[in-house]
Amino acid sequence: MSAAGQHPAVDADELRRRVRDLLDAHPPATTEPLDFLRARFDAGLAWVHYPAGLGGLDAPRSLQAVVDAELTAAGAPDNDPRRIGIGLGMAAPTILGFGTDEQRQRLLRPLWTGEEVWCQLFSEPGAGSDLAALATRAVRDGEDWVVDGQKVWTSSAHIARWAILIARTDPDQPKHRGISYFICDMTDPGVEVRPLRQITGEAEFNEVFLTGVRIPDSRRLGEIGEGWRVAQTTLMNERVAIGGGRVPREGGMIGLVADTWRERPELRTHDLHQRLLRLWMESEAARLAGERLRQQLAVGQPGPEGSAMKLAFARLNQHISALEVELLGEEGLRYDDWTLRRPELVDFTGREAGYRYLRAKGNSIEGGTSEVLLNIIAERVLGLPPEPRTDKDLPWKDLPR
Amino acid sequence: MSTPDLLYSEAEDDLRAAVRSLLTDRCPPATVLSQAESGRAHDVALWGALGADMGTAGLLVPDKLGGQGATAREAAVVMEELGRAVAPVPYLTSAVLAASALLGCDTDQEPVARLLGALAEGRTVGALALPLSTVAGVPGTPAATVRADGDGTLSGQVSGVAGAAGADVLLVPATGADGYGLYAVETAETSVTVEPLTSLDLTRPLAAVTLTGAPARRLAGPDRAATAIGRALLTGAGLLASEQLGVAEWCLTETVRHTRERHQFGRPIGSFQALKHRMAALWLELVSARATARYAADALATDSPDTPVAVAVAQAHCAEVAVRAAEECVQLHGGIGMTWEHPAHLYLKRAKSDEIALGTPGRHRQALAGLVDLAAPTG
Repeated sequence: MSAAGQHPAVDADELRRRVRDLLDAHPPATTEPLDFLRARFDAGLAWVHYPAGLGGLDAPRSLQAVVDAELTAAGAPDNDPRRIGIGLGMAAPTILGFGTDEQRQRLLRPLWTGEEVWCQLFSEPGAGSDLAALATRAVRDGEDWVVDGQKVWTSSAHIARWAILIARTDPDQPKHRGISYFICDMTDPGVEVRPLRQITGEAEFNEVFLTGVRIPDSRRLGEIGEGWRVAQTTLMNERVAIGGGRVPREGGMIGLVADTWRERPELRTHDLHQRLLRLWMESEAARLAGERLRQQLAVGQPGPEGSAMKLAFARLNQHISALEVELLGEEGLRYDDWTLRRPELVDFTGREAGYRYLRAKGNSIEGGTSEVLLNIIAERVLGLPPEPRTDKDLPWKDLPR
Repeated sequence: MSTPDLLYSEAEDDLRAAVRSLLTDRCPPATVLSQAESGRAHDVALWGALGADMGTAGLLVPDKLGGQGATAREAAVVMEELGRAVAPVPYLTSAVLAASALLGCDTDQEPVARLLGALAEGRTVGALALPLSTVAGVPGTPAATVRADGDGTLSGQVSGVAGAAGADVLLVPATGADGYGLYAVETAETSVTVEPLTSLDLTRPLAAVTLTGAPARRLAGPDRAATAIGRALLTGAGLLASEQLGVAEWCLTETVRHTRERHQFGRPIGSFQALKHRMAALWLELVSARATARYAADALATDSPDTPVAVAVAQAHCAEVAVRAAEECVQLHGGIGMTWEHPAHLYLKRAKSDEIALGTPGRHRQALAGLVDLAAPTG
């Protein structure tokens, strides 16, 4: 049921009624998509579990599916959640959890409609897996903070209006305790975005150089020195449970290779056959494990299997795409396009085998390296003793770098 | 194809708790080892408590034939627990393989129904007289090495039969003038010799069966025998995946326990990343092994048309996971892991034998190629 006392009437039927009202007032066929999205936000049907006035109705989160299904059926525009994923998935819950009323009012609506794209200024060249070792500094100057440093792996920075940023505000504290969390205006002087060209030739990501960037203290999220705790909210939301959608057999990358195998008997060898069958089975096992996880979540038994899925898919994508290049033989020696491109989405199936092979190398690095995830499984799931950490209580300024 | 249920039901959880509690009391590793060294085919007292008193022997048999009327899903849970304990009981051979073969015969026939009822009760032990390595799930039926003579007797040899040594009744595929058939033979007959073989798996010993004019009763003729045996092998292979899951689970749990306690170089060895990652990788494999084993059990329980694929995937996958888990268990236990005193060897022997039982992973992958249209190169 709905949140205690506030909106006792917000159930599935009530939501359907509100969706009908929205569609009557703003028929998708004759309404500008952006106008429709703004109206949807104002009707509380953007993310129904958010508070009223901030795009929601304090309704149970599970009822979002009801709204989405009704709107999709009516041909309503969507806000391209993949393109604005960082804003939706990471910035929004953090702003909701730690922002002031003013920040929430100003930022959440254009974030949700996609008018303002967000990026995340967390990782640094010297602090990837060891994120809390970050060196970007923010020094207080009157009502402002002055930020200097360099960030990396920043998706969407070149189209972003805003960034969530963590920076070191007290180098005398141990590394986790001297960090604060800010909202950075990407149009401010001193913010420079450069494409980071990848192994594939394209540049999905950016490097961001911050030189004397002035951020007003009113754009801080959470208390000074509490940035690591705020960042945990962001990062927990990054590990969103794997999608609700059911994947059919051969639904992933294995389907591409299986089809090539079927269509082009001249490419077949016995060695490739053995490897293909093995990978087909492993893909099927991973698919079933994902389905089992979905069923566990549906009955309210979330397990730690989610982290297993990312590791499994990284490994499978790498092995399958490697096999695909080999299967293609002479064709596998070619590459579709080395032009520096700036895709807004990663699309494995839109390009050719060589691209898939190279791009899959990132799967075991991005969003937590496989090694770090294995440590997390070993320590949090299996209960094995932690790695000794010599840097935990030392002031950050005294750490060897 | 309906959506498979990959979780455990409450009833299955209860069944698991009961079986685990019995095995914890009555089947600790030291008991398994002394039983294996005793020369007896299986632990008769334990099988009495588990198969007969608790009723697990009749899980796959319908109520009206004297069983529990459960499905492969429940049997799979029992198999998991038996794997976790490397229990020396004839569950796979009698309650799964023999019972499934009988269920494929005409159960309206009194001899079939009577034998099935006796197996379900757990007092009579049966075995399907085929080599344990027989491949399940491939088209065609294992060729009979036994001859049915016109006078109602059987003659011939079958080697490597699991569960034969402790069995009261053998279900024997044989060919005669009437074609392929499935026959029942009492092991008490003097014309039946069951010679125990020294087996890699101490907890599931094999035997060579020799029949010299043994009196036999035909349970199924050419119209049903092949299907019944094929279905029994498929059921056995599908449920064996759950046993392999249980084996792997014990191996990982014990390895984690050991490496947390064992100190070297001033630290618990489980804090070294090289070891942690190996155990985390095993856990990952267990996650997907459980999903495939559950799917196979569910497919068998619902008689899904996808059962052959489900079984091939589960068997190929779980067999390798169990072997890897057992090998890692031995290695990460260090010196103690390769001694007779530590039970790890019992699990390694079971895991490696299970890998060959009812089709190796390679044979299951080969079967899969035909099932999902991924043909081998021609020529």
